Amino acid sequence: MTDLFSKFDPLIDERQALLDRGVRDPFSIVMEKVISPTEAIIQGKHTILLGTYNYMGMTFDRDVIEAGKSALDNFGAGTTGSRVLNGTYQGHKECEQALIDFYGMEHAIVFSTGYQANLGMISTLAGKGEYIILDADSHASIYDGCALGNAEVVRFRHNNVEDLDKRLGRLPKEPGKLVVLEGVYSMLGDIAPLKEMVAVAKKHGCMVLVDEAHGMGFFGENGRGVFEEAGVADDVDFVVGTFSKSVGTVGGFCVSNHPKFEVLRLVCRPYVFTASLPPSVVATAAASIRKLMHSGEKRAHLWKNSKRLHQGLRDLGFQLGTETAQSAIIAVMLPDMDATVHMWQALLEQGLYVNMARPPATPAGTFLLRCSLCAEHTDAQVGEILEMFAIAGRATGCIS
Amino acid sequence: MSTYDDTFGRIAAQIEPFNKKKASLRPGTSFAGDLEWDSLTVMDFVAAIEDEFDIIITMNMQAEIETIGQLVDAVMKLQAE
Repeated sequence: MTDLFSKFDPLIDERQALLDRGVRDPFSIVMEKVISPTEAIIQGKHTILLGTYNYMGMTFDRDVIEAGKSALDNFGAGTTGSRVLNGTYQGHKECEQALIDFYGMEHAIVFSTGYQANLGMISTLAGKGEYIILDADSHASIYDGCALGNAEVVRFRHNNVEDLDKRLGRLPKEPGKLVVLEGVYSMLGDIAPLKEMVAVAKKHGCMVLVDEAHGMGFFGENGRGVFEEAGVADDVDFVVGTFSKSVGTVGGFCVSNHPKFEVLRLVCRPYVFTASLPPSVVATAAASIRKLMHSGEKRAHLWKNSKRLHQGLRDLGFQLGTETAQSAIIAVMLPDMDATVHMWQALLEQGLYVNMARPPATPAGTFLLRCSLCAEHTDAQVGEILEMFAIAGRATGCIS
Repeated sequence: MSTYDDTFGRIAAQIEPFNKKKASLRPGTSFAGDLEWDSLTVMDFVAAIEDEFDIIITMNMQAEIETIGQLVDAVMKLQAE
């Protein structure tokens, strides 16, 4: 009998070799206690969290938690069913209404995760003989959405407007086309030139879907995302997003003004063939989304944090993924696996958690430590974070 | 309409900057096995080929192409369309 696990041997060996060097496994961290959106206990140690995507710090918001508790008491622990059968409760409709109000759009559909939102939208919108055109650095959920569907898939070079234009120009005119873009690309924290890209997509007669997973909450006048800030809301056909970042719980969604949008509830398999979110989750999401509409001060503080960390790390001599702080993600670029792991561990030992990322998740074979800021990080915490980076950077020889 | 040899030559020229192994280039040379390219190199190379011949090789098509010879055939077919 051939062991089906044999194909994973190289990965198992690589991981073991890493652990044999006395390094803690970056992919097996356990949060023993969570104190606040910015602090947890990891292996008994008080740790500042700088890798959670909890941008707006809504996870411990009193009103959000109360909404969840009340839904748990009144509607139970779970729905045990699909949205199209027994799994749509009052709370799911209220959550979709909160999204409609937040985005100022006519339709909203809630999925059980952000991953499923992309899987569902992309695999369903473009069918056989039609085209999906995506950025080469797209998130795994976008690629997996392509793999689940039957459309022809075309890639363009990351954030390259001219490359997109050229590729769209080579495609046949007739078939339907969906251009998939992200507001913020989560590995380097860079934003897409949406004004130019959406204009090019429209010039070639394409529909446009923008994933605002890392942009919702703090870009644009109403916190809708990079597309709002870029002033292209009228030309974006579909906005996909998640509840597991700024909203502070779990779930995914798509909002749109398309008049036939509601048919998706019948034809989108990742929506139909899974259980709906628990009542407590949609209640916390709805409460959080409504509060995010009026979070100007938090937004301002998040941007202040991001700009300060970016400048501080740069001043220390670290190489960063972007020239300026473009989003709430700051990527610290490191030369190789060894340096990355040692730096990551040196930070953790001092009490700072960041994400470690390596190929193939990262673009162009890069190794990096990804920091994501929270509106609840205090000025003092950002100061502590910079001190820890200075000490770890010098101890590991990453900076001089 | 360009010949097989023309197309092969132009493709070989595009492979050169990515040919770190200095593998010899024949129709049977495979991208993953002989050239040992990872997915990122493949992506850059495909973009270069698309620009060289002014065509689109979709990801669906790429999945079927394993050798240089198969790529030559695919490029000639796409140019004929």
